[in-house]
Amino acid sequence: MLVAGVDVGSTQTKAVVLDAQRRIVGRALVDTGANIDKAARSAFAAATADGGVAESAVSYVVGTGYGRYNVRFGHTQVTEISCHARGAQYLFPRTRTVLDIGGQDTKAIKVGPEGQVLDFSMNDKCAAGTGRFLGAGAFALDIPLSDLGPLALRATTPVKITTTCTVFAESEIINWLARGKKVEDVLMGVHQAIATRSLSLLRRVGVESEVTFTGGVTRNSAMVQILQELLQTPLNVSPEAHYMGAIGAALFGLEKAGEGPAGALEALAADPLAGPLDAMRRTIPACDTCSGVPAAAEPLATEVPA
Amino acid sequence: MATDIRTRPPGDQEDQVVGRGRRQGSRLFRDWYGALGQADANGEPTAYVFVMGSCAEVLRAFDFHMVFPEINSLQTAVHRVSLDYLNAAEDSGYSPDVCGYVKADVGVHLRDRQHPNGVIPRPSLVIATNMCNTYVKWVEIWERMYHCPVFVLDIPGQRGIGWRANPGEAGFEADRRYVQAQLEELIELASRISGKPFDVDRLVQAMEHVNRMGAAWREVLRLNQNVPAPFNAMGDAITYMGVLSAYRGTELGAQYMEDLRAEMEERVARGLGTVEDERFRLHFVGTACYSHFRRFLELFQNWGAVFVNSEYLAYAGGGLDRGIQFDTSRPLESLAEQLLLTGQRSMSNMFFSQDQLADTVRDWHADGIVYHAVKSCRTVSTGMADSREYLVRTRDIPALSIESDLVDPRLWSEAQVKNRVDAFFEALGARKAAAAAGRR
Repeated sequence: MLVAGVDVGSTQTKAVVLDAQRRIVGRALVDTGANIDKAARSAFAAATADGGVAESAVSYVVGTGYGRYNVRFGHTQVTEISCHARGAQYLFPRTRTVLDIGGQDTKAIKVGPEGQVLDFSMNDKCAAGTGRFLGAGAFALDIPLSDLGPLALRATTPVKITTTCTVFAESEIINWLARGKKVEDVLMGVHQAIATRSLSLLRRVGVESEVTFTGGVTRNSAMVQILQELLQTPLNVSPEAHYMGAIGAALFGLEKAGEGPAGALEALAADPLAGPLDAMRRTIPACDTCSGVPAAAEPLATEVPA
Repeated sequence: MATDIRTRPPGDQEDQVVGRGRRQGSRLFRDWYGALGQADANGEPTAYVFVMGSCAEVLRAFDFHMVFPEINSLQTAVHRVSLDYLNAAEDSGYSPDVCGYVKADVGVHLRDRQHPNGVIPRPSLVIATNMCNTYVKWVEIWERMYHCPVFVLDIPGQRGIGWRANPGEAGFEADRRYVQAQLEELIELASRISGKPFDVDRLVQAMEHVNRMGAAWREVLRLNQNVPAPFNAMGDAITYMGVLSAYRGTELGAQYMEDLRAEMEERVARGLGTVEDERFRLHFVGTACYSHFRRFLELFQNWGAVFVNSEYLAYAGGGLDRGIQFDTSRPLESLAEQLLLTGQRSMSNMFFSQDQLADTVRDWHADGIVYHAVKSCRTVSTGMADSREYLVRTRDIPALSIESDLVDPRLWSEAQVKNRVDAFFEALGARKAAAAAGRR
């Protein structure tokens, strides 16, 4: 049996197909654009094609993300808050806190041992501290998103970005450049501003180890490093982190279709770090010499080319 | 299948009683606004007051009409025209960050007091307390516009975290004398403006009406401890609460509340709830979102949830939730005491609310608390994050935090609110399922 999760985010739509053993069969990512229904269908079609399976072979589809009700071919909808929690707990069973930095939302989620949401906190009315803030920085500096992390890690004396508004942050960036600051120092300032705001959300629900970082911004090596330094606790990051919402949705699909999770969860608990999941797991150890300022520009092992 | 009420025989009990509070409340509201229009035409004495600390008992003794600017403002949102009024205020220089109630009210005055419910009369007297820190600056706007007398009643609040003056203590008695002296000044001023002598019997009569109203309202709230809850504390209860303010100190108001108690007793006896399948019971903290009032409720009702109680009903209901009972043998002393107690609760909310919230969750059999922060009102939103965190961590009470506004539709984001609400219920559902399976 196959199930799918389709995560329609504000920026990108992700789809994942799982089999009954909860293995990822296929995955796909497309830009959401203006036609949400089309994006959902495209992502789903691409994920099944990626797995080499027919769309008709997928017996249950769960929609998640802001556009979850636009996954018209889906059987049910679950919020991405529940999905990120479930997905994170699946890949990292000892997860108790999830940080998801998405396009317009940043979520801090407190997770129970079965992947259930115990509490959550999100940014309200303002996109400061979200992926969009990073996008604004990339736009102002005319740098591709994929280069942001490696470039920021070359900073020597990061500036402090104090503007909370994502739109006005662009003006502040230009102002710093006009004052002669190096691009990498300004960029690191942007990253630190986001990380600091994310940390505030995490503190509201309480940071309990293990912490799992999810969402598209996990592909940014500078952000991973800064967060890990600020948190002073190991940070789980999966190469599949961008798909975490879709993975969680598909897991709910298995549950709804009657294929779990109780038995599978017990098996996982007995041997939580074994099996085919290893390739999807990375834990960045806590940095005990944290200065708050990354000094090296070494690419991290977790860097996933965009 | 729903019963068609038109097929019921005349005098059918359900036809008479169920829904009566909403119907009567709407009629009383229309009558009240109609009377305000008459007051404007006839130039009758009118006092502008606030829902917290209205001093209605004193004003009734001098036949003042009462205008509640907060109710006027929220009514612009209920009529879906608040943005027109907000824009009028912002066009004249008010910042988008200023309280939505203030700006909608300023818009009413900039439009020659033309309101969706009728003409609002000019103020002959303005009374404000310090129960909301915006009141004091708000009244200065009318003072400049109309050159009307403004009376600010200073109510002492708490002394510090965990320390407040209680009745019977020396500190409370000193506060009582301080408030009573101010009430004596107010009586002089009201007498001068209305041209009527003070008649203590009329004050006592108004206080007796409040006693009846308070006793009945307290019982109405208590009846919502039943499962299913007979009313939604953020639905029809907002109409009930409007009557609490507008008709406080009147025979009509007292009778209304006693009728409402009878309706709720009837609903409880017949097991009538507000949603088909009451799956979740919630307590509410904050203020209603009037620009999207119905939609806001639907987001919860769609999950089979009902608000069984609300802090809003406590502070915006003028403190009557505790069933105020004045001692009419010493009217001014008693009025001062109750103003102090009401003020203390309103102003001390951020320091003392947590135990009361936990008690309400227990007594009203609630599954959790919804905190609704108001973007343009930091006063009512202050302390919410701490209160929520405390109850979640130390009392294991699930709590949801959402934000929109009182009347400003620009501050409503349905996608954001719905996402949080849905996630909250998903978590609450999982929690209930775990409890049912003996895993909690």
